[in-house]
Amino acid sequence: MAAGHSATGGGAGATLTEVAWDELRAIVGPEHVRAVGLEDQVAGVAPRMVAEPADETQLAAALRWANDAGLAVAPRGGGNKTGWGNPPARLDLILSTDRLNAIVEHAWADLTVVVQAGARVGDVQRELAKHGQYIATDPLWPERATIGGILSTNDSGTLRLRYGALRDLIIGVTLALADGTLARSGGKVVKNVAGYDLPKLATGALGTLGVITQAAFRLHPLSAAGNGRTLTFRAGGVGDANRLIVELQASALAHTGLQARARHDAQAEVDVRFEGTAAGVEAQCVTARKIAAFVVETGNSTEVWQARQELWTQAETAALAKFSVLPTRIAAACEAVRRAAGKGDLKWRIVAQGTGLGWVRLEGVRPEEIREALLALRAELEREAGSLFVAQQPVGTGTVEAWGSPGDAFPVMLRVKQQFDPRGTLNPGRFAGGI
Amino acid sequence: MDARILQEFRAITGDRGIISSAEQLHTYECDGLTNFRVLPQAVVLPESAEQVQAIVRVCHRERIPFVARGSGTGLSGGALPVENGIVISTARMNRILEVDLPNARVVVEPGVINLDVTGRVAPQGFFYAPDPSSQSVCSIGGNVAENSGGAHCLKYGFTTTHVLGIEVVLPDGTMVHLGGKTLDAPGYDLPGVFVGSEGTLGVTTKVILRVVKRPECIQTLLAAFGTTGEAGAAVSGIIAAGMVPAAIEMMDNLSIQAAEAAVHAHYPDCGGLLLVELDGPTAEVAALMEKVNEICNGCGATEIRVAQSEAERAVFWKGRKAAFAAVGRISPNYIVQDGVIPRTALPRVMTEIERLSAAAGIKVANVFHAGDGNLHPLVLYDRRIPGQEHAAEELAMRILELCIEAGGSITGEHGVGEEKKQMMGKMYSEPDLETMQLVRCAFDPLQLSNPSKVFPRPRLCGEKPGRYEPHPLEIAGIAERF
Repeated sequence: MAAGHSATGGGAGATLTEVAWDELRAIVGPEHVRAVGLEDQVAGVAPRMVAEPADETQLAAALRWANDAGLAVAPRGGGNKTGWGNPPARLDLILSTDRLNAIVEHAWADLTVVVQAGARVGDVQRELAKHGQYIATDPLWPERATIGGILSTNDSGTLRLRYGALRDLIIGVTLALADGTLARSGGKVVKNVAGYDLPKLATGALGTLGVITQAAFRLHPLSAAGNGRTLTFRAGGVGDANRLIVELQASALAHTGLQARARHDAQAEVDVRFEGTAAGVEAQCVTARKIAAFVVETGNSTEVWQARQELWTQAETAALAKFSVLPTRIAAACEAVRRAAGKGDLKWRIVAQGTGLGWVRLEGVRPEEIREALLALRAELEREAGSLFVAQQPVGTGTVEAWGSPGDAFPVMLRVKQQFDPRGTLNPGRFAGGI
Repeated sequence: MDARILQEFRAITGDRGIISSAEQLHTYECDGLTNFRVLPQAVVLPESAEQVQAIVRVCHRERIPFVARGSGTGLSGGALPVENGIVISTARMNRILEVDLPNARVVVEPGVINLDVTGRVAPQGFFYAPDPSSQSVCSIGGNVAENSGGAHCLKYGFTTTHVLGIEVVLPDGTMVHLGGKTLDAPGYDLPGVFVGSEGTLGVTTKVILRVVKRPECIQTLLAAFGTTGEAGAAVSGIIAAGMVPAAIEMMDNLSIQAAEAAVHAHYPDCGGLLLVELDGPTAEVAALMEKVNEICNGCGATEIRVAQSEAERAVFWKGRKAAFAAVGRISPNYIVQDGVIPRTALPRVMTEIERLSAAAGIKVANVFHAGDGNLHPLVLYDRRIPGQEHAAEELAMRILELCIEAGGSITGEHGVGEEKKQMMGKMYSEPDLETMQLVRCAFDPLQLSNPSKVFPRPRLCGEKPGRYEPHPLEIAGIAERF
């Protein structure tokens, strides 16, 4: 076991009685440090305290205090996805960004916004909508999800196909490092190549390099969404669904959403969404129908775009995992799921975007069968340069490592972690490769 | 340089792959920023990733600093050699290795020319979106280093948006693969931090690019205004109307004159010229183009032309793309600057540039990517007039300070390089810069890869940083997976 790190909590030998929590209370105010409840657990591991700093200065000071005291810290936003990643190797303190929830600057004429990490995505989008703008992203549970949370987990939905991932929308970040340094990178202009791109490095890092306290984004106009139209097609099999996706992608259409839905007990469907001027949308629908002549049009409800989030409904006994494949291999991924699930007679559902990113839900009475299916699926996907991130698994499956292989650049990732967080204070053990 | 080491390089690349005679080395003493010059010890021209790796291993063993170089068109001195160091040219690594259009992926070697990627996929209706003005000569490896942009970033993003994976030889000679053909590879977004690192984190040996389907319709409108202020108001109107054009470019009178003198683009002689390009489905473009027309008219446009053919569209662009070089027609010497401001600060910053220009007695021609606030002031001077070069450099830096004061950046697409590293301290605080350099320490603790660029001062990394030890989970995790 590595020096200074114990898997059971209390890094650097700190114990409950030795920790000078009063020092933390002095930093953030006594009413903002509280004992924990069941809901504060992170992947089944209980912290000892929760602190809710008022601003980034307090947050950085609290982090520095914890780092000096040898405590392990998990940053938390809305708490929806706190369980994503491996269980923490150690956990003492949850640093909540709940009170860092201001919109700092909405420069609407410049199509940019600067917002604190704890702001709820839904609140931010409503404010931006007053000027007909939005951050072109549709994360899970936007009413609870925070800016810092969606960035740290790199959550993306149907809009990614057209507008890119959060990495492509973020233009600036402020990070609180474990030693209390507050570091800014990027800025509030869309185009900027001055220095290393830390906003991208922090995006998807699961809070293991620093706590995001503030971020700046480029915005997109909402106006186009007004005339939105959705077409749904039923495909004979996943092969046809994948063919339709590839053909739509190869067309000159400018769709803003394209996804396949498949499940163990129904035929696959493909949804495509167009936005823009009324004339433009109409013309695009005509073209799309021609391309889709080999399948059957079945509907035009916009509710299909909630499909990814619906995978999470009543999912306590299910596993949920995100896969990544080449766009032409979506059908192959579905077949791989079918094969993996078939061995244990598991129920499965898939929602895959045209980008090749998808989510799979696996359900069954025997958790070990789910575990076997996840491992088999990951092995098959990784053979084809894909990946499988297991976000949730039912209790009792034994743990499938969450991320899968980080590849031959893992030593560099480890050195990056060592540089940013030499004491392993932030979310220890939770990230890829056990970082 | 030690003859033994030269011999070792020669054994790796062959006789054709090494340059060490002084007269030949002069070709490599600068990049597109010609007022900085350093003669390297040698230039090696590897033909493969394996050769790059072998060369870097020698450099690491001997502690020889190296600078990777693509086509040498960079405008911030990023490929400026370092004394006592070598240049690794990727010019001979110029193969397109793989084209997978159903997945819109193209795999290239770093020496492939930007426009050649588009050339390869154009017959199937695809293009490679990042389009720096130098795209007919600049290399993908250089684009990766600089995170190059171009006129169409407003809609399509930058190099970093279109790079999915990179094969890199690290400064210690290890070869690693960052990202990959599929999205969201497990772990940190290392392609995200490598792109735009200006050659300071290692040498690119392969790049997985994403190409884009050509839109059904592309329309370009040219509008003439009395002043850049009016043209700027039109830009604001377009943005406020909820449009994201593929490009919005602005030129002032001096740059119009220069472009006319050089390439005869038949631009109207006016105070502010706008090029607005819309692309997408035909019906969509037609509806939006009507709106753009209205907005331009409402802002006092004296003339509006819409390109009626691909040829005419090319002529519209020719003047803009040639603007930097064209300035050579009206001034013996000039500095190309690359500041960024929030677009709404444009009138204020323009007025201030005019004032500074008048005060210094030095002319400034202005070319902008107006949609995203990226200014390219061209500071004109005559080296033969004593003191003018210095005054021009001062003015250029003062303009960058204006950009910082307006909440912008000192570089939108050219990079910091050698030229602007002292400005980094004005844009960022010391902790900001120290934090960025943590990345440097993770990739290149000995600071061999393009040392002394980007940052005003190097950070001392130390061979064994920090106290972090890998957690047992990680070892267990790796053991399980590999």
